[in-house]
Amino acid sequence: MTTDQDLASPQLAACEVHGMTRSSFILRGALAAGAFYGTASVAPFVSQALAETGGGDVEILNFALTLEYLEADFYNVKGKSLGLSGEAKRYAKVFGAEEAAHVSALSAAIEQLGGKPVAKPSFVFPATSEKSFLALASVLENTGVGAYNGAAPSLQSKQVLASAGSIVQIEARHAAAIDLLIGKSPTPNEGFDKPLTQATVLGAVKPLIKA
Amino acid sequence: MLNSPDEEAPQPAGIVERLVRDDVDRKRFLKMAGSAGAASFGAFVLAACGSSSSSSSSSSSASTAAATPTSTTASSATGDIGILNYALTLEYLETEFYSKVVASGFFKGKVGSLIKTFGAQEASHVAALKAAVTKLGGMPAADPMGKFPITSATQVAELAYTVENLGASAYLGQAAKIQSPEVLASALAIHTVEARHAATLGTLVKKSVTPQGAFATPADMSTVLAAVKPFLS
Repeated sequence: MTTDQDLASPQLAACEVHGMTRSSFILRGALAAGAFYGTASVAPFVSQALAETGGGDVEILNFALTLEYLEADFYNVKGKSLGLSGEAKRYAKVFGAEEAAHVSALSAAIEQLGGKPVAKPSFVFPATSEKSFLALASVLENTGVGAYNGAAPSLQSKQVLASAGSIVQIEARHAAAIDLLIGKSPTPNEGFDKPLTQATVLGAVKPLIKA
Repeated sequence: MLNSPDEEAPQPAGIVERLVRDDVDRKRFLKMAGSAGAASFGAFVLAACGSSSSSSSSSSSASTAAATPTSTTASSATGDIGILNYALTLEYLETEFYSKVVASGFFKGKVGSLIKTFGAQEASHVAALKAAVTKLGGMPAADPMGKFPITSATQVAELAYTVENLGASAYLGQAAKIQSPEVLASALAIHTVEARHAATLGTLVKKSVTPQGAFATPADMSTVLAAVKPFLS
């Protein structure tokens, strides 16, 4: 509580970025997640991302790509298999197509930067009904917003940053629509969305990634 | 601090300069700005322009660079202050709009409560942006004093949807121009809240929550300022 007066505004406290460098970004996240979940559980996922990329923006884009794979599969595979109805069905169709477009765009961006897009992991979604599907959709979309907002300031390329911004706005729109549908606040973080560290994001999605 | 000295734009590209060059635009601008509005909005535009010199950051963006000020040659504080004051002006307008909507009494119950919440969130953006400008050593832009048509629930909801989509595009249009990682993080934190508002209003007016599809479209400063002109008193 010592730094409030140093900040532009107390409301923005959560938005401050503390000297995070692009190279430390994914490693710090991985170490923190490893400490919590056990290094063995995190290592395969992260080492794959690190091994196949050239660092920096490519690392971050591959992390985003993994989240988009997850969301796309969630809507397009899990959503279909559950047999959704009404608005849930409509959202799953529209949002699923948009997440798939993000997958394509991120893969292309990674290749353009000379990197190699990570392979799509296998996912397991603990949703057994429309209700639990929508609850998980809310978690995934809101986590996606925080993940992009947390990673974006570490991006070096302005072009990549603009693309990430263009995608995160869509994640936020998805999140709000889903939250409204299930009777939650469309603005769960009030006026300022909270950036999430890669460790937090990894922690949230790790249980959904099959080793 | 030139990133690419060989690409320095040959002429100033700020909004004021453009308005001076384009007499039709200038007349519209003066008419729009009116008497009381001219001082505050003019000050905002000057602040928003930051440095009058700019450079295009990529070879293919000549037309974009001409239409929007960039801050690559300005000190980071000057550029970021300009962007923050621009955002502040938009947030003032949104705050005022919601306050009028709430006062209209068109919305009750759950929707009324959402509208109130959104208005309070826009007000929190105003406070945060003012503080951020001050922290960077700048002078926060004055409240431009908006005027909004408030005629029916449907009309207001449609206008709110338009305004929020514009706001989201405006933040997106500035993200890559921001120099300070802290200012960028703050802008992003607000950007996605505007997007949440836009999507919520989209459900309310039975329009798409993602009207631009999978990739949101940025709007540059001159486009946004032209769009909000009718709402400045």
